[in-house]
Formats: sequence, structure tokens, C-alpha cells
Amino acid sequence: MVADFRGGNALAKSTYRISLLSEVDLEGWRDHARRLLQGGVAPDQVTWTVEGRGNSGELDLSPPAAFPEQSSDQIARPVRISKTLLSLINSALLHSNEDRFDLAYRLLYRAQSVPALHRNPADADVLKLNRYAKAIRRDIHKMHAFVRFRKIGASEGREQFVAWFEPDHHITEAVAPFFRNRFTGMDWLIVTPGASIAWDGQKLSVGPGGCKEDVPQEDVVEAEWRTYYANIFNPARVKINAMKSEMPMKYWKNLPEAELIPSLLEQAGTRVEAMVAGAPDDRLFDSRTDEPAADRPTSLDQLYALLEQQPDAPRDKFSDRLIHGIGPDHADIMIIGEQPGDQEDREGKPFVGPAGQLLDRALEQAHIDRQQTFLTNAVKRFKFTPRGKRRIHETPNVGEINYYRWWVEQEIRLVNPKLVVALGATAARSLTGKAVTISRHRGEILPGPDGRSILITVHPSYLLRIPDEQGRQVEYAKFVRDLQLADNFVH
Amino acid sequence: MSKLDRSEKLAILADAAKYDASCASSGSVKRNSAKSGGIGSTGGTGICHSYAPDGRCISLLKILMTNYCMFDCLYCINRSSSNVRRAAFTVQEIVDLTLDFYKRNYIEGLFLSSGIIRSPDYTMEQLVEVARRLRVVHKFGGYIHLKTIPEADPELLKQAGQYADRLSINIELPDDESIARLAPEKDGKLIRRTMDNLGKKVREAKAERKSSRKAPLFAPGGHSTQMIIGADASDDAKILTTSDGLYGSYGLKRVYYSAFSPIPDASSNLPAQAPPLLREHRLYQADWLLRFYGFSVAEIMQGGSAGQLDLNIDPKLAWALQNRARFPVNINLADQESLLRIPGLGGKGVGKILQARRFTALRLTDLERICQSVKKILPFITTVDWHPGKQLDSLNLYDRLKPPPEQLSLFPA
Repeated sequence: MVADFRGGNALAKSTYRISLLSEVDLEGWRDHARRLLQGGVAPDQVTWTVEGRGNSGELDLSPPAAFPEQSSDQIARPVRISKTLLSLINSALLHSNEDRFDLAYRLLYRAQSVPALHRNPADADVLKLNRYAKAIRRDIHKMHAFVRFRKIGASEGREQFVAWFEPDHHITEAVAPFFRNRFTGMDWLIVTPGASIAWDGQKLSVGPGGCKEDVPQEDVVEAEWRTYYANIFNPARVKINAMKSEMPMKYWKNLPEAELIPSLLEQAGTRVEAMVAGAPDDRLFDSRTDEPAADRPTSLDQLYALLEQQPDAPRDKFSDRLIHGIGPDHADIMIIGEQPGDQEDREGKPFVGPAGQLLDRALEQAHIDRQQTFLTNAVKRFKFTPRGKRRIHETPNVGEINYYRWWVEQEIRLVNPKLVVALGATAARSLTGKAVTISRHRGEILPGPDGRSILITVHPSYLLRIPDEQGRQVEYAKFVRDLQLADNFVH
Repeated sequence: MSKLDRSEKLAILADAAKYDASCASSGSVKRNSAKSGGIGSTGGTGICHSYAPDGRCISLLKILMTNYCMFDCLYCINRSSSNVRRAAFTVQEIVDLTLDFYKRNYIEGLFLSSGIIRSPDYTMEQLVEVARRLRVVHKFGGYIHLKTIPEADPELLKQAGQYADRLSINIELPDDESIARLAPEKDGKLIRRTMDNLGKKVREAKAERKSSRKAPLFAPGGHSTQMIIGADASDDAKILTTSDGLYGSYGLKRVYYSAFSPIPDASSNLPAQAPPLLREHRLYQADWLLRFYGFSVAEIMQGGSAGQLDLNIDPKLAWALQNRARFPVNINLADQESLLRIPGLGGKGVGKILQARRFTALRLTDLERICQSVKKILPFITTVDWHPGKQLDSLNLYDRLKPPPEQLSLFPA
């Protein structure tokens, strides 16, 4: 702190010229202000400046003024200042505007006669001071928010980070405690044009300012941060002004994510259009297979007899036994499973094994009468791998499913149900001729070819395979719901 | 399928989380790492570390643990029948990612939600384990918000509250019938029961903290919920009544309104439509009136028609136009409650007016220094040098006050 009370008073206007040690020499300002107040010096007689600011050439012309002689009672006169005003001033003095020292002194001076002055928000000086303090709060807040650390390595088990930031005001020292309290467990250095602050796990230190090139320009995690930024953005809700008011463009050049903004905005329109246009695929059904060289059967019995005689049926790995569909020959609902299992093959009936029993339970809960429902399979014989005494179920391949497609189609034609329910991927493939994601289409009544309505859901054997009890319950409930949908549809 | 790396998972699971409106990281206890030597602090208010081009603040790493889900809620992009790409983070991946981002000062903490995999309990256990590892193993002092799963064991909820600053359970839709229809695995009653349970625990823990500073914390930032707007036919009156009930009954900190977004691969049972963003905005304004301005739902709805808020003007202005007899309000004499009802004047402005009145009888020039926009409030006030005259009785006041029509943009932004 340098007191620079020079004598003389030729240019009259600013009699006293105070030069502070630095832009953030708050203590110096307070000491001078106290002495000026005690001397009863009016605000318009004081000019404040900072050493080495390089703007004082013109003022240097003014001859130095002598500090007024103080009488003993003046020295004793207490300077009154409320805590609120002091903290407002302390904050506002960090502002970059050069008139801040004058403004603060003027308020202090006026507050001696109007002690509650700072509580009048309609006073022009108070308003300005508050504006400065608000700008400081905002600048500090933005520095808390927009500093981006980059990792430069680790030493003795402590990671080390460096950041570059350009604040608008002289706040760098003021934010140091915040960063210490937040990032205690790592070493860090924040460089700004005016000053730098650092923490090494033991103490905070303040150093000279620097430039952007002093700081590393990238970090391995930055790419992931940009990935996050790009993906958290919802293109259906572009609000560019809201973003700019909180994250003004002046900060963008030092924010790694900001470089994405233009391209994100550019794509937003087309992305939304794609979403809205993204209707479900209506080409779910492939064209049907060719008819074999046989007359169209006129009854189910005829159909199965015909199938029995087919010379080129896929017999490899398959049981010899053909499993017929079961149920009334004019049912409202026709349920198609995958293929008969071990038990079905032995008993000669579809849906009698564990999966069939689960289906029975679900049908009952959905109030569907099994006796009034036609049950059959997409593949008509049991495909298995023998392992000792046991026959292990093997999923039919695409060729095998396709082989039976025509026969399934004839079954549907003959039973003529209001709704066909496909259980699982094999049945769905048989109906559509394509691979179908069950989860995508389940729970919706789909218009099939020939105006026939189709409902796709899971196969009960899938439910039996879910290991977790809670999960099984949820999936089972969904299955019952799908069946209820079927019931509602036909009634 | 080849294994996804952390960055690919992040892309999928951040995308999946963006429909969650909540982003607040405020209102918890004050905490910092100075004592623990760890990383992280929370202050009174959260910090927004970035903003997305949709204008929303990015304060927390908001991700799903996984977007696999066995539930099939129609409005949700992650429902089991949706065709989106799926991914799942491991517990440790989330912990590492949170710390990596936090140490670079990208975020205030973690907002973790998840699709339901294997079982509600299993999923909740994983979420709690992420929070536990962060807090206990890594001495993480940042903000943690966990989405709780109503179907999970209450014991898990208790654990979640020990580590998280805030818990939330999404109410999803304003009435149980809509929940049953659009979110068939969910149960409105169960959601409210869990919410009630949560509210009680938060209250109890707060009371205990008052008598003993060593009492354990339980979600000190309180709990919140989210409602999807526009996915069902509920009107604004219904929505606000539900919110009002939630605030009153369960002590919720916030109800978030999330305009139903046209989502990729939407269910064909929901029409693809532009999101009713303005409606969402009006609901937030109305919600604000409920919580901070002493309005009742019935009063707010006076300004609307047929159960819907007026989209042209904000709900406070709409209410004022229906209640013109209560205006003009004398700025220099009116009590705080009447001042708060002046459209265009907020809590801060009212506070300043009350302060400034002690010094002087206010004139328009004084108000100009205090208020955001004097022009807006002019028809509703009197000062020493201003009276609106017969403006309030004029039939075209509504048209004059509503914002001028805007040219719609062909190319947003």
C-alpha cells in the first residue's frame, strides 16, 4: 500500500489522488477510506487509481495535494458502516470498472449521515453498487461453473490438474477457497490473465497471471464429456436463447463442449422429423411361400393326412410323429406355438408339457376357455438332440420353419379364427416370414395379410426360463395381459 | 454383439436419460471435502456447469444404469417393446465416470436412474451400491440423486436415503387409471405408498437432526417426482390438483412436469406429436404460484378455461384479468400478499418495494429501478404519480397484454 497524498490544489477537482497497490488491494482501500472519512474529505475531492494501471498519465498533471491536518477530535470520530454495506462494498470492489473505488467511497461518505442508506434500493448509488456486487456474484458463480480442469499427471498418489479461465472481474483470489473445499483430494492450478491460484493439499497460494498457452489443451476424458453433452440434448426442444443467457457465448471458447453447439443445432430439425416420421414398420409380413403340389385340403383331417404323406418332410433330427392341432375347427382364437416338445411327442397332443400347463394357467386368468381355442405349432414335429435317455429340445431353423409355413397357413384358413396369437419367435417367423423382435411388436393387434388379425407375444417356455422370481412374475403378468387383449379383441 | 466401451455406453445411456426433467442439485446439507480429504462439496444452491442447446442446465451426470427394462410403459423410450439400442453400465463404471467428470469440474454430482432388469430389488441394489461406493470408498462429497423403484424392498429405500442427497419416485401420470393403461406394470397406489414412506423418513430424519447433530442423514435434499404431460388426456386442472395433493400429503420438494416428447420408436398407441412445451412452461408457472404465492388450484384455474391454462399469457396475469376488481393495487400501501398478486411482480420485487417504502413514497421512477419491467405492471398499480385510469375496465386489455404473435421459424435457432 502506498499513500500518495501530495500537496497543492491547483486543478481543484481531485485534490487527493490515492494509488492502491493492486486491483484487489481492498485492505489498502479501506485504510485510505477510513482516514479520508476521518478527515471529512468529500468524495469529489478524491481520485482513486491503481499502481501501474497505465491510465493515470493525465491525472499525473494534477499537483499533489496535502492531506488535511487532522484535529484530535476528528481522529477520534468513529467511522460508521453497517456490516451489510461493508460486505456489499467488499464484493463490488472486485468489479473491473475503474470507478468502483470512487463509488464505494461516495456511498461510505453518504452513509455517515444516512446510516440506512444501503437499504434503499431506489437510490442511484446504492443501485449501482448493487449492480456491481451482482456482477461479481455472477462472475464468481460462472467461474465455479465453467472452469474445466485438465489432468496433467499424478505425483505421490495425488492427481494433478490445471485449468485456464478468463473471468470478467478481479475474482480469482476470491474463488480459491471454493475450489479448495471442493477439490481437496487433488492438486490443482487455475490460471487466469490476472492471477493464478493453486492448491497442493496443504495450502492455497496465489501467483501471477498467465496465458492460455501455459495450460494443456486437452484431456482424455474430454471426448466422453462431449459425448455426454451431445446425447443429453433433446432435439425436440431447442431453446437457444435460454442457453445463451445462462452460458453466454464469451465463455464458449474455453468450454470443450461448446464447439458441438452449431452442429447439434443444425441437425436438430431433421432429427425431430425423423422421430415424428418414425412410424412402426408396416412391412412386417413377407409374401407367402409357394404352395406344394397338392390340392388345397378342405378339412383339417385331410390337411394332416396330406402332411403325413409328404415325402420330403425334414425328418433328420425330427420325431416321426406328426402332432395335429387341437380344438374346435372353427375357434375364435388360434394359438400357434413353436413345436411339440418331448411330452407332446409322447402323448401326441400339443401343449401338454410344462409350458403348456403354464399356458393353461394364463389362459384361465385371461378368461379364455382353452376348450374353445385352437392350439397348434408352427413346426409340426419334435426336433431334438438325443442325449442318453433324454431328448433335448432343439430350436428349428429357418428352413424348417419355412417348410411348414404353407401348412400353418392352411390350418388358419380352415379354422378361420378372428385372431391368431403367435407365441414366441418361431411362430412369429412362421406367420410373417421374417425375423421378428417379439418385444417390439407384442401387445398390439397387427393387421396381417388377408385382413387377418395377428397378436404376437412370448412363448410360455420363455417365462419358465427366467431365473429370478420377481422378474418371472412381471413377465408372466405381461403375458396374461397380452392374452386378455386377445380375449377383448374377439368379444 | 461386440462389447461396448464406456464412451459408447455413455452415449446410449445419456440419451436414454434425457427425458427426465429433474436436474436440481440444490437443497441438501452443506458438505465439503476439506475435512475428509476426498473430492466434492455441496452448497446451498447447485451449480449449472453447462447448458444444452435445449436451454436446460447440465448440473449432474444424468444417466441410466441400463436402458434394458422389463416394464412396458407406453410413454417411455426404454419400455421393453421399444427398439432402441440397449446398454448397461457396471457399478464401477458409473463410479469411475462420476469421479472423472467431477474432478474436471464438469458436474455437481450424479443423477442415477435405471430401467428395471432382472427384478426391481436387484436393480435397486445396484443403484444403492453405486452411491455407497462413491460415498464410502471414494469419500465423494458431491450431490447424489437416486431414482427409487417403488416395487423394491423398503429396506433398500432406507439404504438409498443414507447415501443420496435426494430420492425421487416418478408418479408418471396424474391419475391411477392412466397409469394402469399406459404403465401396466406400475401401480399408482404402490407409488404413493412408497412416496408416503419416503416423506415420513425424510421428516423423521430432519426432526432427529434437530435434537442431535449426529443423527443419520436421510435424503437431506428431500424427495421429488415427475409427471409426464400430454401422454394422456388429463387436463391442467387435474394435473395441478394432483401436484397440490402431492405437495400437501407427502412433503415433496418438487414436482417436475415433463412434456411428453415425440420419442424415437414411439408406440403406435401414442400419436407422434410436437411436444407441448408451452403447456409444460405454464404448468411450471402455475406450480410456482401454488408453492410460493399462496394461490389455490381453483384460483389458478379461474384464469383458464375448460380445465386448461391459457397458453397465451402466464397464469398470474390470467388470474388478474379475471379478478380486475382487486386492482389497481396501491404500491405504497398494499400488504405483501396483495403485492404478490400483481402480475409481473415477483417475490424479489415485492421485497424491494417493501424496503424502499420505508424511505420514500414510491414514484414510477423509483419502481423503474426496482422492477424488471414497469410497463407490465402499470395497468395493475397506483403510485404517487400514477393511476391506470380506466385501463382495467377496457375490453381489449387481454389482447394488449398478451405477447405479440411471432413469426414461426422454419429453421429453429
